[in-house]
Amino acid sequence: MTSTDTSDAAADTLQGGPRRGRVRTARRGVPLPLLLPALIGLAFLLLPLIALLLRAPWSTLPDQLTSAEVWQALRLSLVCATAATAVSLVIGVPLAWLLARADFPGRGFVRALVTLPLVLPPVVGGVALLLALGRNGVVGQWLDSWFGITLPFTTAGVVVAETFVAMPFLVISVEGTLRAADPRYEEAATTLGASRFTAFRRVTLPLIAPGIAAGAVLAWARALGEFGATITFAGNFPGRTQTMPLAVYLALQNNPEAAIALSLVLLAVSIAVLAGLRDRWMTAP
Amino acid sequence: MTNTHAAAADGAEPPQGPPAPNHESGTGGAGGKTNPAEGRVPTTHPHPKTHRTPDGLDAHLVVNRTTFRLDIKLTAAPGDVVALLGPNGAGKTTALRALAGLVPLTAGHLRLDGAELDRTPPESRPVGVVFQDYLLFPHLTALDNIAFGPRCQGATKAASRAQAAEWLARMGLTEHATAKPRHLSGGQSQRVALARALATSPRLLLLDEPLAALDARTRLEVRAQLRRHLAEFEAVAVLVTHDPLDAMVLADRLVVIEDGRAVQEGTPSDIARHPRTDYIAQLVGLNLYKGHADGHTVRLDIGPAITTTEILSGPAFVAFPPSAVTLFRDPPTGSSARNHWRCEVAGLETHGDQIRADLTGELPLAADLTTVAAAELDLHPGAPVWATVKATQTHAYPA
Amino acid sequence: MTRSARRTLQVAGAGAAALLALSACSSSDDSSSAKSDSSASASSSPKLSGTVTVFAAASLQESFTTLGKEFEKAHPGTKVTFSFGGSDSLAAGITGGAPADVFASASPKTMKIVTDKKDNATEPATFVRNQLEIATLPGNPDKVSSLKDLTKSSLKVVLCDKTVPCGAAALKALDASKLKLTPVSYEEDVKSALNKVVLKEADAAVVYKTDVKAAGSKVQGVEFPESTSAVNAYPITLLKNAKNPEAAKAFIALVQSTEGQKVLSGAGFLKP
Repeated sequence: MTSTDTSDAAADTLQGGPRRGRVRTARRGVPLPLLLPALIGLAFLLLPLIALLLRAPWSTLPDQLTSAEVWQALRLSLVCATAATAVSLVIGVPLAWLLARADFPGRGFVRALVTLPLVLPPVVGGVALLLALGRNGVVGQWLDSWFGITLPFTTAGVVVAETFVAMPFLVISVEGTLRAADPRYEEAATTLGASRFTAFRRVTLPLIAPGIAAGAVLAWARALGEFGATITFAGNFPGRTQTMPLAVYLALQNNPEAAIALSLVLLAVSIAVLAGLRDRWMTAP
Repeated sequence: MTNTHAAAADGAEPPQGPPAPNHESGTGGAGGKTNPAEGRVPTTHPHPKTHRTPDGLDAHLVVNRTTFRLDIKLTAAPGDVVALLGPNGAGKTTALRALAGLVPLTAGHLRLDGAELDRTPPESRPVGVVFQDYLLFPHLTALDNIAFGPRCQGATKAASRAQAAEWLARMGLTEHATAKPRHLSGGQSQRVALARALATSPRLLLLDEPLAALDARTRLEVRAQLRRHLAEFEAVAVLVTHDPLDAMVLADRLVVIEDGRAVQEGTPSDIARHPRTDYIAQLVGLNLYKGHADGHTVRLDIGPAITTTEILSGPAFVAFPPSAVTLFRDPPTGSSARNHWRCEVAGLETHGDQIRADLTGELPLAADLTTVAAAELDLHPGAPVWATVKATQTHAYPA
Repeated sequence: MTRSARRTLQVAGAGAAALLALSACSSSDDSSSAKSDSSASASSSPKLSGTVTVFAAASLQESFTTLGKEFEKAHPGTKVTFSFGGSDSLAAGITGGAPADVFASASPKTMKIVTDKKDNATEPATFVRNQLEIATLPGNPDKVSSLKDLTKSSLKVVLCDKTVPCGAAALKALDASKLKLTPVSYEEDVKSALNKVVLKEADAAVVYKTDVKAAGSKVQGVEFPESTSAVNAYPITLLKNAKNPEAAKAFIALVQSTEGQKVLSGAGFLKP
């Protein structure tokens, strides 16, 4: 008994042992008070999804999914979520930098304001957007009379609504990464003749790329599932503003089976995209 | 005689242990700084504060922090290597950051080659910095790290890369051009960081604890290389260190900083022989006392007197190395030493094959002895001993 | 325990169903029977207590809230709680097991979702009808006077989605008059359609008369003749899983009473 033990250990250290050894100690090291709630948490998150799969109308699924409207809504969802993520990156990353690196009075307050869309019910967010950017909105009336731009009931409006709801996720994530990143790299860059912007672009941005990627994925996922702000601000018109979550909600009104089928499509596409991105971006050391 | 204090104190006089001798003769004439003990003492030491040349560095750095104030004057001619030496928290790094423009001056001035730099942002200063942990950009290769500066100064991508390649060759790192910093050893990283700073052709090179991040063996090698590169550098170099050996080997002139102020300034040998504070005395491994001299005797402020060979009068310092101390179990009767004090062992510490005894009593002092001697004397904390020092081994100088 | 409770509940439900069927048959123009119903509920008032949970179509919010308060006043010790929403969501909730005593839907079609699952305890009875109306901006700046005027391309019109009753009704009216209308949005329920006009994001919406009335001066209603071809009947029923069937029956009776009808017609509903 003892002899086999020692020979095992010897084999471990001799042939590719470190990795196996690490896995073994990791498993042994998880304390029960952590493991148990962790498993409950996992089950809690997965159970509704499993239920969705179990109750899915698999036999009629092909019929449910062949309609042009489904693919139209899916395409619109993907396009709008990606556009909203792009907009979030362009204006959200500089905002995160400002919050993390610039020193100005009331910074904590501004940071709290940025997270406000996270706690605001999305429908309220949609109403707020209407009041701001609608045809009669505080800013929207000028957009309309000066440039002839009206956002409600347009695809651009969907992007605006999704950006409003999703961008805080990106900002929070990037700001956290920036805070953790060593600001002295920026200093080193300036002593080499880089302006603060060059230092940001050529040094900070590559350094926080993993954080930006994580934030972008979060924002994208949030935008993809966005419902309340979208339907309130942009309305619901197939092909123009009817994204997948809207289609699911309306299908739920009179055809729950179709709603489940649509949800499955949205779920499958999200999992495919997120898994793909994770492999490419987020596993880098 | 190869313990630390000896190396530090002796090293000041002929500090050129590591570099190749033929190299020294080659650059010795141009900069004259490879032989600081002889060449520099008369020219730079006497009046550094009033000595102002249009070229080089002329700075009065005042930085106020909530709990701390830095106020030092610093001048250096092109080719000078100045070391800021001091304990942690003394303000060395703050001084360096002020020179680089990373910390604004509260007051004072900063002129480099006659140009006012007080209000110049760091990116516009002709200053290169080697940071303590190098801060090589982890996402760029060694080559691109070095090319970063020239690129920011407006060189084309190709030109800055060619320049970087030259620097890599000069540093002997050509084969590591495409390596990312995490694949470089400490010594290699140090050289890349130095090349990166030098590639911008700075008129002021700043080095923050350039050897602190290295292990003891690499350190010796890198120190020698760094000394060679600094000797070749034609503008002002300022380095910050808490290691007296680094400071003495690398610099022509030391500025000792304590609590934000320059407490002593001079050539390494001068400072090693005439320490003016306990901190420096400890650094260079000397027992230092302040007192009042009258002929061959210096009456110390703390009580006892020491007989010296020098003839002085007025306030004076007396210094002697721990190795000059001899210990006895019984009161020395036949000994020729006139300086003997009754002490008690407070602590023992091994230094290589030597033992350093920390003594309290009539005269608190440090004494070095062999392990055999320590065993014969049956030394242990609390043991009473008699300490003697020959007058010829003490060194007295005016305070 | 649970089983016996359910049995009594079923019995009570059957009784209520019979009662309601009776009243539904006779209620069309016989106000006395409605009165007798209300007096019957009043006579049984001492026994009533506890909470009545009513799931009601969003368009009933104002009038049912008023009736709920009256009910609580008439029967001290009772409490009426409402869940207002799209009839379809409510129906889905009921078939999914949501705890409700009464369901008042905005269309027979949505009521059918509940009856198909046999979640109703009584035969649903129509208690009001609702007619469509065009909601325009205050003052009717675009001079809308008929359904046809809405087809002008310069107008931003919102309709309810065809999956909700007001949308289905609008579609029916449009079909009946052979009009083709492309709105800017198919809203998820009647309130959000109306809100688009209240917020002036849309120029007009096809909504219920009751919604126009509830919005007051924020919108202007325009009646249109085609609306008669799409009148929505509102059915109400006691639910199988009702926890408080006695009080629930009393509430349904109140809705169908003269008093109840007065409140409802005040809100713009038509008599059944």
